[in-house]
Amino acid sequence: MATHFVIDGLKAEIEGKEILKGINLEIKGGEIHAIMGPNGTGKSTLASALMGHPKYEVTGGSATLDGEDLLEMGVDERALAGLFLAMQYPSEIPGVTNSDFLRSALNARLGEGNEISLIKFIRKMEGKMKELEMNPEFAHRYLNEGFSGGEKKRNEILQMMLLDPKIVVLDEIDSGLDIDALRIVSNGVNAMRSEDRGFLIITHYQRLLNYIKPDFVHVMMQGRIVKSGGPELAERLENEGYDWVKEELGIVDETVGQA
Amino acid sequence: MSTELSTGATRQSAEALARSKGEPNWLVELRGEAAELAGTLGWPKPEKVRIERWNLTAVGNYEQSTAAASIGELPAVARELIAEGTENLLVQRNSGVVWKQFSQDLASKGVIFTDLETACKEHGELVQQYLFQAVAKNEDKLTALHAALWNGGVFVYVPKNVEVEIPLQAILFNDNAGATFAPHILIVADTHSRVTYVDSVVSEPGAASAPFMHPSIVEVFVKAGAHVRFGSIHHMGETGVDMTIRRAVIDNDGRMEWIIGDLNDGNTVSDTKSVLNGKGSTSDAKVISVGTGAQQMSLTTQAVHFGKSSDSDMVTRAVMKDSASAIINGITKIEHGATKANGVQTEKVLMLSPKARGDANPILLIDEDDVTAGHAASVGQVNPEMVYYLMSRGISKQDAERLIIYGFLAPVVSEIPVEAVREQLQRLLERKLEG
Repeated sequence: MATHFVIDGLKAEIEGKEILKGINLEIKGGEIHAIMGPNGTGKSTLASALMGHPKYEVTGGSATLDGEDLLEMGVDERALAGLFLAMQYPSEIPGVTNSDFLRSALNARLGEGNEISLIKFIRKMEGKMKELEMNPEFAHRYLNEGFSGGEKKRNEILQMMLLDPKIVVLDEIDSGLDIDALRIVSNGVNAMRSEDRGFLIITHYQRLLNYIKPDFVHVMMQGRIVKSGGPELAERLENEGYDWVKEELGIVDETVGQA
Repeated sequence: MSTELSTGATRQSAEALARSKGEPNWLVELRGEAAELAGTLGWPKPEKVRIERWNLTAVGNYEQSTAAASIGELPAVARELIAEGTENLLVQRNSGVVWKQFSQDLASKGVIFTDLETACKEHGELVQQYLFQAVAKNEDKLTALHAALWNGGVFVYVPKNVEVEIPLQAILFNDNAGATFAPHILIVADTHSRVTYVDSVVSEPGAASAPFMHPSIVEVFVKAGAHVRFGSIHHMGETGVDMTIRRAVIDNDGRMEWIIGDLNDGNTVSDTKSVLNGKGSTSDAKVISVGTGAQQMSLTTQAVHFGKSSDSDMVTRAVMKDSASAIINGITKIEHGATKANGVQTEKVLMLSPKARGDANPILLIDEDDVTAGHAASVGQVNPEMVYYLMSRGISKQDAERLIIYGFLAPVVSEIPVEAVREQLQRLLERKLEG
């Protein structure tokens, strides 16, 4: 079945403050969508709410992946259903080596009885690490502990490559990356493009979209998608900023839920 | 049995027992004096742990031990700790050592690895220079009682410039709660020598089901430029009280490493201390513990700096379950004159139950200006952000928590030098964490 991800009227709040005020978005396998917008407009909240971060409460709407209701599922079940979120700030887990973690995650994905053998796993992991130009020693380091910002981002992409998800959400994957790392991470993402996989790229810089060409671009303000278009929209935002969008829509303060 | 202490450790009885075992006069005398002291001195007073409520008097009676004819004769609790092809091994069962094996090669280099009782007879002059020199017999009732009663034990001597490559292993086990089980470990590493010693202190749960007390002392002397690694896993049953004092005295440029797993099911006092006498001496202590049931623990690490440019690092990590409680003290003391000394310590407690208790008390006592010191302490629960992150990769909540808890203890587990003991530690952790 072709991948079909539908977000319909999604509302979410954190600590009683409504951040998402009804998000509608449809992503099919093979498509790359970009969500852009200034800081504080709810972009990362969307990513966290979809994944099921415990601090965010979904108060309305739905999100389905191939007809299955993601919001009814636990965080691990969403992942197993095929959702992957490359996080802006991945946790550091002391004492758990990257390779032990990756193997646990991969085996959870493959399911009981289908676990990958250690030797196959190592070969696979090392191959992907090479593609991402990661130092092999990162396999034996504790998960994200002492990783630089760029190393963490590469490690997120490594996980994406190993877990082979259906829907990938990249939350500010470009923040803190130098040009080299941006190129490597983008190559990793591009190598994963396929008819079965959809992408949602959250960013506030257009530069990432020079490396990963989106099919659709959406602008988020005040907890809603306020404008959608093709790649040309991203270019206009890069050249002219967001003010024209605000003017066009009569928005004074684009942020949401700020104290 | 529990009433026998007040009368059992009299000068007369202690001396009589020592004589009956054919111990040298100096030791008979030492035991007699200690027994007298035990009658007058008070119990140690660990912070916030009321050990006077514990069954401290169940020291039992001396049990004559019979040497095992083969490893196969030992009970499973000991056997499972012995890897095939082990060369250097000593096994104490209750009051005496029942198995000893030692490589000819090391013996020919002058290394001594035997039970302490035998060492007192065969290497009396050497032993006398060190026995009860790091821990004095008159410090308190515990040290005095131990001095009067200690049995079996381990003596390691590594001569100058000798490097012992293979770890020396000891298994000290109790399968009779009524027997006095009080091993004393004495390790002397002479100038520029190197040795790794690992022991497991265990009890057979079925056999040692009545209350018993394990008063134990470890003394390590690290001479100039020597390097000692000391690993120890304690896992005694619920009815046991473990009172273990460990102390190392370190000379110039000597290095001491402690790797301790306090994994008893019963009440525990564990006090591990390095005295950094020498210039440039260093010490590294790593302690892990898992508290389960209603057990109470006092876990202390200490570093005392006298030597200039001496360096200490102490890490204690405890996972607390059920209604267990642990008071965790880290004491870094830098004496006047110990310029350029550096002492750091970390105590971390992971609470898995609202009824459990874990206190981390970092203490820095510094009498010198030109030093660096640091401490960090934390008590907390499994971090929900970490659980979320792992779960977002498809790992179940249970497995995510498991990974985080094992990861928390990993720094010590990975350091245990003998594979069979490391495996025992893994099994124990699984049992204590998931049982």
